[in-house]
Formats: sequence, C-alpha cells, structure tokens
Amino acid sequence: MPHPVLASPDLIRFEGDTPHLVGSRCDECGEVYFPATDSCTRCTATRMSPHDVGHRGTLWSWTIQGFLPKAPYNSGETPETFRPYGVGYVEMESGIKVESRLTVADEALLQIGMPLELTLIPYRTTGEGDESEVFTFAFRPSASA
Amino acid sequence: MAQDVAIIGIGLHPFGRHDTLTGRAQGAIALRAALKDAGIGWESVGIAYGGSHDAGNADALCNDLGLTGLPFINVANGCATGGSALASAVAAIRSGSAEFAVAVGFDKHPRGAFNPHPRDWGLPDWYGETGLMLTTQFFALKTRRYMHEHGITEDALVRVAQRAFRNGALNPQAWRRREMSYAEIAESMPVNLPLRQYMFCNPAEGGAALVLCPAEVAKRYHPKPIIVKAAIVRTRHHGSFEVFSPALAAQQAPAPTVTASRAAFEQAGVGPRDIDVLQLQDTDSGSEIIHMAENGFCEHGEQERLLRDGETEIGGRLPINTDGGCLANGEPIGASGLRQVIEICTQLRQEAGARQVPGIPRLGYTHVYGAPGVSGVTILQR
Repeated sequence: MPHPVLASPDLIRFEGDTPHLVGSRCDECGEVYFPATDSCTRCTATRMSPHDVGHRGTLWSWTIQGFLPKAPYNSGETPETFRPYGVGYVEMESGIKVESRLTVADEALLQIGMPLELTLIPYRTTGEGDESEVFTFAFRPSASA
Repeated sequence: MAQDVAIIGIGLHPFGRHDTLTGRAQGAIALRAALKDAGIGWESVGIAYGGSHDAGNADALCNDLGLTGLPFINVANGCATGGSALASAVAAIRSGSAEFAVAVGFDKHPRGAFNPHPRDWGLPDWYGETGLMLTTQFFALKTRRYMHEHGITEDALVRVAQRAFRNGALNPQAWRRREMSYAEIAESMPVNLPLRQYMFCNPAEGGAALVLCPAEVAKRYHPKPIIVKAAIVRTRHHGSFEVFSPALAAQQAPAPTVTASRAAFEQAGVGPRDIDVLQLQDTDSGSEIIHMAENGFCEHGEQERLLRDGETEIGGRLPINTDGGCLANGEPIGASGLRQVIEICTQLRQEAGARQVPGIPRLGYTHVYGAPGVSGVTILQR
C-alpha cells in the first residue's frame, strides 16, 4: 500500500504500514526531542541523533479546539463547515509528551491516562483540482498502552 | 545597595475597542497623562522603554510627544512586554543613567484569537498549519493537567471569571463592566475545554505609561510616590510547560513565574503573606488559578477553597485583580503588564474608589506571563 501524502514527511517513519514519530536524542545527555532538533536545550550540546519516539502512548492532557483557527491553519474549512477537533499531549515511552491532534473530539470519550496509538488523518486536500488528501499525525484510542 | 526607584506618574488610556484611535494615539494619551501626574515635561525624560505588538514601533511616540533626542528602546517580549519595559526603566534609574525614565506600552489587535506565525517563534510551519499553535489550546491543556494533578474542579474556573467581571463592574475604566451570573459563565460556549468563552480575555486596545525617578527625590514630584521594591523578568527553563511547545520534556521544571516570583520576594525582602493587593496574569481563569500557587500565594490545590470562601475578593485576605484583570479589561499586549502596575499604584495611593481594598494597603504585587515563556513580577510599596 502506498504511503499517504503527509503535511510533514520528516516527522514520520513507517514500520510496514505502522507510522512512528521521528525525533532526536542528545548524544551527550540522552534527552529526547520532538520534532528533531539540532541542539539540546537541557545540556546545551549540539550532537544529536535521529530517534524513534514510538507509536504508542497515554493521554497526558487534552482539549477540544472549539473554533476555526485563523491562518496559518490551512484545512480549507470555513466557520460553517468547521468541525471541532481534539488536541492533546501524549506521553510516550521515553516520558516525552508530544502535542498532537486526537481522532476523538467528544469530552465523554477522553480521559487522562487512556492508551492511544499513532495514526494518520486527512486534514486538508492539496487544492490543485484533484481531491488528493494531505495527512497529518494524530492519536486514536487503542486497546493497550 | 542600589538606590530605590519610585513611580511618580501613572497614565492609562482605558482598554477596550476604540475605532477612531490608533494604538499609538492611545499610547500618547496615556504617556501625557503619566507626565502630567508626575508634574514633569517630556523634555525632562532621560530614557524611555516602550513596546507594542501590533501597533507599530513604540519609538514612534516621539513623533507625538516631541523629538528630544532621548534614548528610546523598543521592547518586544510578548505579553511580558510591559513588565520588561518597567524592569529596564528601573535598572536605568538605579544605574544613575537618567533622572527620569518612562515605561510605556500600547496596542491595537484585530478581533478574535491571536494567530502567531510559527517561524517567528522558531517553529516549523506544520505546527501552525495543522492547527496546534493556538494560545487558547495551551491554556486549556495546562489547565486540564493542573486540575487533574491538584483536584481543582470547574467551579473554580467559573468563580475566577465571576469575580473578574464583578470587579470590572466597579471600575469606570474597565472594558467589560457587566456582572455575570454563575450559570452564564458555566454554560457559555466551549472555546477550548475546560475553558469557555467567558473564562478567556480578549485581545483589545489601549495604552499605559509610568514615570519613574530616584525614590529620594520622588516627593518633590508626587505626594504619594510608590517604591519599586523589585522588578524581575525571567525566561523559561528546560522542562517547564510553556506555550507553543510541540512536545514537553520527560522531566518537568518549575515555570518562569516561579523563578521570577522567588527572585522578586528575595530582592524586596518580603514574603507572599506581606502582600496586601495583587495582580496575577489572567488570560483565562485557569491561568490565574495556576499563577496563585506559582507565585507563592497558596499551595497547589488550595485555590478552590480560597475562591469559594471569598478570600480573593476586594474585601478578602488576598484581593486579586481588583480592576477586573485581563478578563474584564482585555489584553492589549504592549500595555497589559503596565495596566497591572497602574492598578496597584492606584490601590496603594488609596484612590481606587468603589473597588478600593479596605484598610491601608502597604505592599502590592504584579505578575505577567507571556509567550514563549517569560514572566515579569514587581513588588510595590507605598
């Protein structure tokens, strides 16, 4: 299966069809970053290596985006067609919390500590006449952490 | 010990919406009012620090006030612009580089939420394009986590907003001067849950200015000078939970508010219990609740009881945001931190009218927080 068109290809690595987040790790102190950085704000070192941040985590905090963001948000929605979306920080295995869209935007279904897994969601089209969709990363509820 | 610095002039152009005035014009009105309050002319001012986020260079005020050749430093430090301008003005007086210094701020923002551009903040484009770079989201995410960790409920969020509008109704210069019922706030539109429409302040317009001089000569210019016991600015450490963060570090560190607050109390030689009236950054209800503890005024989790018992009201032990704060005044970024200082000066001068705290307040406190993780704290004494 071909991989989807991504808003930010550098952030994602595929293991088979499973997307993983790609960040960086400080060669000196081991601190993990997402997205990847050139330097470490913890120990000020500048030697960093690519790091697989993983694809599973737990919900650390969440909100529901209730209004259409202004530019640079570019989903192509209008205030009339806008649908609220979930946003959260997801705690990954290393302890880093990644800010991400959530597939769920229903407060009854969101709870701090719930297990989540990485997926890709279409959030806009390329706008070049075809209806080709552009994907971004998001987390969805999963059976286990 | 460096010499004490006093505020001898305060000037405010009320915050709100003023369709016929530019942001700069509002800054000029505030600055002229502050100079008049201090009884000095613009030509006497030896150095000025000023900021505006969306209304042009603050230095352009010289075109209104007069081209006197003074050093005028433009300050751009997000919501902490006013606090940064004041800290710089205080340092200038302390160093002896000027007899009179000015801190001034003004702004005029478009309606609706701020829309920052990722590159201005050293962030990648996708962060904004995919809908993750909103200040309101950050406030909601930090509030949600804080409520979870410290047992705060929605009740506290409603009570902060209710008190802000109640105080705003007593302040003739406030923008929002209508009291709101508990239900009206609790049932208002969800913006970024757990935060709702009336729990957020709005970007606005306005101007604010201060005139400062060495404390030892202050009484020549104003009968009630206010001494700046501390004016501190601190930025974030690795691991603190800040606005515009695509990720948070595994191990958390205290917010810049905590470090700024501790440094200010140390410099002033007083503690939180000595403070009689205070201003805490209330871009939203949740932030004010967090800031109560981050500034040392209560334990984490104690806020709900303090709010319910009326301790933070004008007549309470810990009167917070007596002028209605950002919630009732709106937030013109460049001016907002100076509005806080002006309200504390007004309270310490005992000139706050219907919203005056009882007794004879001696010490006041202000706290401002801004993107991307800057806090400014002042401690003021009558």
